[in-house]
Amino acid sequence: MDSVETLTVAKSIGFQGATVVLTAVEKRFDAVAAVRGVSVDVGAGEFLTLLGPSGSGKTTTLMMIAGFETPSAGDIAIDGRSVVAQPPHKRNIGMVFQNYALFPHMTVAENIGFPLRQRGVDRLTRARLIAESLEMVQLPGYDSRYPRQLSGGQQQRVALARSIVFRPRLLLMDEPLGALDKQLRESLQLEMRRLHADLGITFIYVTHDQEEALTMSDRIAVMNEGRIAQIGTPEDLYDRPCDRFVASFIGESNFLPCVVRGFEDGMVVADCDGTLMRGVANGSPAPGDRLTLAVRPERVRFAGADDPVMTNRIWATVTEIVFAGERRRYLCRCDNGASIVVKEPSSATTIRRAEGERIELIWPTADTVVV
Amino acid sequence: MRIWQRMGPVLLVAPLVVYLLAFYAIPLTAMLLRSVSDPTWTLENFQRLVGDTVFIRVFWTTLRTALVVTAGTLLLGYPVALALSRLRGGAASVVLIIVLLPFWTSVLVRSYAWMVLLGRKGMINEALLAIGLTDAPLKLLNTPLAVHIAMIHILLPYMILPIASVLRGLDPALPRAASGLGAAPFSVFARVILPLSMPGVAAGVLLVFVLSLGFYITPALVGGPRDFMLSMLIAQQVELLNWPYAACLSATLLAATLLIIAMFQRLPGVRDVLRAVAR
Repeated sequence: MDSVETLTVAKSIGFQGATVVLTAVEKRFDAVAAVRGVSVDVGAGEFLTLLGPSGSGKTTTLMMIAGFETPSAGDIAIDGRSVVAQPPHKRNIGMVFQNYALFPHMTVAENIGFPLRQRGVDRLTRARLIAESLEMVQLPGYDSRYPRQLSGGQQQRVALARSIVFRPRLLLMDEPLGALDKQLRESLQLEMRRLHADLGITFIYVTHDQEEALTMSDRIAVMNEGRIAQIGTPEDLYDRPCDRFVASFIGESNFLPCVVRGFEDGMVVADCDGTLMRGVANGSPAPGDRLTLAVRPERVRFAGADDPVMTNRIWATVTEIVFAGERRRYLCRCDNGASIVVKEPSSATTIRRAEGERIELIWPTADTVVV
Repeated sequence: MRIWQRMGPVLLVAPLVVYLLAFYAIPLTAMLLRSVSDPTWTLENFQRLVGDTVFIRVFWTTLRTALVVTAGTLLLGYPVALALSRLRGGAASVVLIIVLLPFWTSVLVRSYAWMVLLGRKGMINEALLAIGLTDAPLKLLNTPLAVHIAMIHILLPYMILPIASVLRGLDPALPRAASGLGAAPFSVFARVILPLSMPGVAAGVLLVFVLSLGFYITPALVGGPRDFMLSMLIAQQVELLNWPYAACLSATLLAATLLIIAMFQRLPGVRDVLRAVAR
């Protein structure tokens, strides 16, 4: 068929992904609001991840983009045109489901050929495109197998091939790696990144795995209770979480309750139970505000001779040590009662601390966030 | 103690086994033996069947009725099964009860009900006359049509339940995936839902067809002289004390039934569906 041909050609001359714009999208199931006003602009060719715990509304949002759910309010536009009234089969979106959703009564080739047949692609072109996409997911020669004869990872590759064979400009993925083991998941993550770079199409990816989101995405939208809590690049979210939820959901954080005292050199000065600390704030907190100071465990160090300036410091006692392979975790109790976790690379050159040892903890003020 | 543990299951089923042997297996064997041993050991009874025009006509009527009833229940039952599989909660229970209600009523009662409905002065004819669609009452009762209508009604649950059971077990992501990949609603049905429901269809067809072959009360009550089925012929021959002939007919019906069951059991998935429905 010529439209698929044209698209193949279009790709080689700089084929672009679709833009997706969600405007104040809401979804209520009876009285329960699953999504409460989500607005997001997804750029052409972007890899956006919707990250959140179960029940945060991320899958419902994806289903609305795919057309399997209708928004109760708001608008969804793909390439500038509203698709809210369009049924799923007319949206021309690729989709990968959590449990693959391969058709059990069709062979691998028939599964991959399904979207092409629906578009009236002739048999020869179909065969060529099927072979091409099997090549792309590194499963050449698997044409005549049935899904039940494949491993989980292979099934997911077939599902991926099926969702891109008709050259959609937008690919939606609903926890596609959720059912696979850790090693396979990591290799497929790399493969998906490569595919994303090769195809140049827009990816919207749903996961509850923050590590997966951090490794793969251009941008991450962290969802909580039906809203987007924060949206930004993985570095943004990790280093500058906007609230306590994001700080604890992405990576690990130490939290110290504090009272804002004022500003100095663009940094917030806050009082943590008698110890004055400095940190970066997202908004502009007023003196007297009761907030939380957050710092990542791997940014905290034990004080030594060559300490840099611009650090927060606090005295603590080591209470528990856990060896975790690449890292050693120290659980420390500060003199003011707060607990702080310190992660140190488990090198032979680092000094081992003993349980019960009293020591000063330090960390850069620039790595401190007041939320 | 250990011997009791090992013998436990055997002892639990023993009464039923004895019962079945005494009242089912032994009489059945005796009857089947009679077809080849009366008056002497011979296959003559079966040889006679081959050229017997009465038998051939009755056998054909039976087969045709079973085919029509199976097709009828399939056409009427599939949409109901589809609806049943899509409903959730209260609505699903209501439809299920409507499907099962006739199932729990005696076949005899339902057959008489159809006699009342289809008779010359029955409700259907009265209604047709009242709205002026006909001038004289139609002959509905004691026709093949009456047999088909009544049998389809009585056997519908046997078609609906296995199909609905398969459709309910279908992964809802599959039709979604199909429509996401560009399939219009009819295409989703024809290329994904229908082929995946075939084990249920085969199980339903098997149940209805086999039950139809042996149907007795309904064709006897609402059918006419042309609707003489194999089971009726057997009953008639028993009444006439023509035992060898009756035994021979029974053996033929049993063989035909077993053959069909054996054929269907080979189809993929049918056994699982029958097992699931039995549960």
